[in-house]
Amino acid sequence: MHMLSQFNRKTICIISSALLLALLPMLATLAGEPYLVSLFSRILIYALAAASLDLILGYGGLVSLGHAAFFGIGAYTVGILAHHDFEETALISWPLFIPGSDSGLVAWPVAILVSALLAAIIGALSLRTRGMHFIMITLAFAQMLFFFFVSLEGYGGDDGLTLFSRNTLPGLDLGDDVQFYYVCLALLGAFLFLAGRLVESRFGMVIRGCRESEKRMQSLGFPTFRYKLLCFVIAGGAAGLAGALIANQVEYVSPGLMHWTRSAIILVMVLLGGSGTLYGPVLGAAAFLLLEEVLSIYTEHWMVYFGPVMILVVLFARHGLFGILVGKENRHG
Amino acid sequence: MAEPLLRIKSLCKSFGAVRACHDLSLDVHAGEIHALIGPNGAGKTTLLNQIAGDLSSDSGRIFLTGQEITHLPLYRRAPLGLARSYQITSVFANLSVEENMLLAIQAHHGHSFRFWGRGLKDPQLLAELGPALEAVGLSERAETIAGNLSHGEKKQLEVGMALACKPQLLLLDEPMAGMGPGGSIELSKLIRKLKKEMTILLVEHDMEAIFSLADRITVLVYGEVVATGSVDEIRSNPAVRQAYLGEEN
Amino acid sequence: MLLFIEQILNGLQLGVTLFLMSAGLTLVFGIMQVINLAHGSFYMIGAYVAATVTALSGSFLLGLAVALPATAVIGMLVEAIVLRRLYKKEHVDQVLATFGLIMFFNELTRIIWGRQPLFMDVPSWLSGSVELIPGIPYPSYRIAVIGVGLLVALFLYLMFTRTRIGMQIRAGASNREMAGALGINIRLLYTLVFGLGTLLAGLAGVMAGPILAVEAGMGESILILTFVVIVIGGIGSVRGAFIGALLVGMVDTLGRAFLPALFRMFLSSAHADGVAASVASMSIYILMAIILIWRPQGLLPAHS
Repeated sequence: MHMLSQFNRKTICIISSALLLALLPMLATLAGEPYLVSLFSRILIYALAAASLDLILGYGGLVSLGHAAFFGIGAYTVGILAHHDFEETALISWPLFIPGSDSGLVAWPVAILVSALLAAIIGALSLRTRGMHFIMITLAFAQMLFFFFVSLEGYGGDDGLTLFSRNTLPGLDLGDDVQFYYVCLALLGAFLFLAGRLVESRFGMVIRGCRESEKRMQSLGFPTFRYKLLCFVIAGGAAGLAGALIANQVEYVSPGLMHWTRSAIILVMVLLGGSGTLYGPVLGAAAFLLLEEVLSIYTEHWMVYFGPVMILVVLFARHGLFGILVGKENRHG
Repeated sequence: MAEPLLRIKSLCKSFGAVRACHDLSLDVHAGEIHALIGPNGAGKTTLLNQIAGDLSSDSGRIFLTGQEITHLPLYRRAPLGLARSYQITSVFANLSVEENMLLAIQAHHGHSFRFWGRGLKDPQLLAELGPALEAVGLSERAETIAGNLSHGEKKQLEVGMALACKPQLLLLDEPMAGMGPGGSIELSKLIRKLKKEMTILLVEHDMEAIFSLADRITVLVYGEVVATGSVDEIRSNPAVRQAYLGEEN
Repeated sequence: MLLFIEQILNGLQLGVTLFLMSAGLTLVFGIMQVINLAHGSFYMIGAYVAATVTALSGSFLLGLAVALPATAVIGMLVEAIVLRRLYKKEHVDQVLATFGLIMFFNELTRIIWGRQPLFMDVPSWLSGSVELIPGIPYPSYRIAVIGVGLLVALFLYLMFTRTRIGMQIRAGASNREMAGALGINIRLLYTLVFGLGTLLAGLAGVMAGPILAVEAGMGESILILTFVVIVIGGIGSVRGAFIGALLVGMVDTLGRAFLPALFRMFLSSAHADGVAASVASMSIYILMAIILIWRPQGLLPAHS
């Protein structure tokens, strides 16, 4: 009976928030606050980035403090492709001519691929270590990319790139905030569904085992490095998609997207919502961005309050918002 | 004489100035229960760790069924038929009992780069899950989170996971430690039953259990083999009596 | 050649600053096994306190004399109030809580000192330049920074090899259980080590004050470099931190100074400057990656 009630609590939470998100543009119009649609698009995008981090952090136990690198690379991929498309110059002119593109069907998959590739390189190096080393190394590589883009004058350097317009998708007008919102919602929903299957699959079981004890997994015969690396790559690719979306949402990309504080904020979202739950980070992203929005109305110094709140969350509410909502026993599965 | 299942030749391992094993040679034959005894600090667990691959060796060689495994990474040893239990139980504490067992079964079912089907609904894995839980008497506890099991149950689960790997050679590190008398008897029965299917290298302090279970015994003192032989030979060996059993009487 | 020596000195100056930052932090990581992102905040606090006291009193030395104990005390308070509760927690919790500390301190300095950066003057008695090597005038202040850094390194070396407390700290860094078994008061030791670490960070901040702008968030840019130093040197190793700091200081400074010229030998100058700027900005991270492939635990790991 008890199990059942908790199961219901979790289902009710997920269904009601899905409903709320689905109806949000309508509610925003009714309330006469159309800017809510773009605020919530932003929430959905960060939710995607945070959920992708949860895959490696919550399930794999890998504390990456460089996740914004993949987010930023995804955004820059869209930005650079759009830049060349608008200027009608070549992205690559040798050995063969490759132009830019403003099509989401081209730019978004490329963004996923490029960030996944980068995640493979960074992962292959940083997964050789664990614990504190891993945290510092992921952080350092992300900062390396940050400085790389700062010094990349050809693409705006410090100032970043402004997109002429959002990407095109057949049959849709992404310039319309409501349509763009639903695209974000659909992509987040698809990711949560796929990731939910992933963590329950054989592959996911191996990842969860590695979180508990990597050595034990190896003694059972699992070559854990490959599994962890692939998980890192999947998470990086998904963060790249989130980056592609944020580039479209604000129609601007800059190195700031991959600054390490952005990585830390994505991490905060995951933990605020509850790690190892996939849905928790969505809640965490919503809570963080809404709180930022509300607090900054009252004081420009909202961080002076938010910092101690984070410390209190660590000390007293370790299971995050999702844990509080659904009961900590039933967070998983 | 047939090739021994496990052959250890002149193995050495030091931790700084401390010699954990020195010029250690040992054969374990197929089908036997081979017990490893010795006072605390004799290097028994270190030796198991070296065989299993949790620790690297400074010098010397280890062969399993004639194949050298001295420098093989940890994860490549299980597929060759090596499984172990740890002295300090190391089940996956936040996973359920069935998930723990599932991982052990999954380990020898080819690669796990399968992303779609749920592990706990995979007919191939489920077919083995029931009997594997049954074998160690944990069927009733399948959905319990492993961290919430009693000490004895964790030990059972750990042995069960080692069995699920269907090893040729099973390394057991003090399986009886911390078990009540009832639990020890159950476990002895299980180990005796396993003997038909696999070779067992057993580290244990419970002398009664060892004398009743073992076919052969090796005595280690300060990382060196003092004697190897049958139960009777070891009981009557004066050097052993002095070095080891003498302490207990 | 003259330029080269000048750049070496610049690299040395960055190196000793990084050493001051990383010496304390690597001990905190090694001994307490706690990942502390807020170390840069103490660098910032040191700079702010020194800038304020110097501006009010007109004396740089007084600023220094107030800033050092102030950062050490604030550090020990933070250890007692927050950090102490994190020792047994997971790394991810430590990351989150110390990031909370960064947000708090950065915003607090904005409330107290405003958003405009403060500028600190080089004290008049160090404002000139000297010719260490004939023909190469070099700012006295920067030479003083190098001197102070090397003195601190010497002091730490003597402390760790010759004094009881230093040996206790080293024992703690290489084996915590052992240190506890030897009857060392771990709790007090932790607080002292943390205080020492923040004092050194504060010193680095004070010395950077007249060279850089004193502003909220200044701690974070040096924090990342400090991490790179610690990864290269090996967690828990002060010697490793020294070597790592000098390596990072040199590679970063020399890379920025000479890579453009190097690339101009192969590429058109327009291209060369862009590529060189990119490579130079990444050079220390590439260095870190290479060392990581070669020795994943760093050059001189404390835990063997």
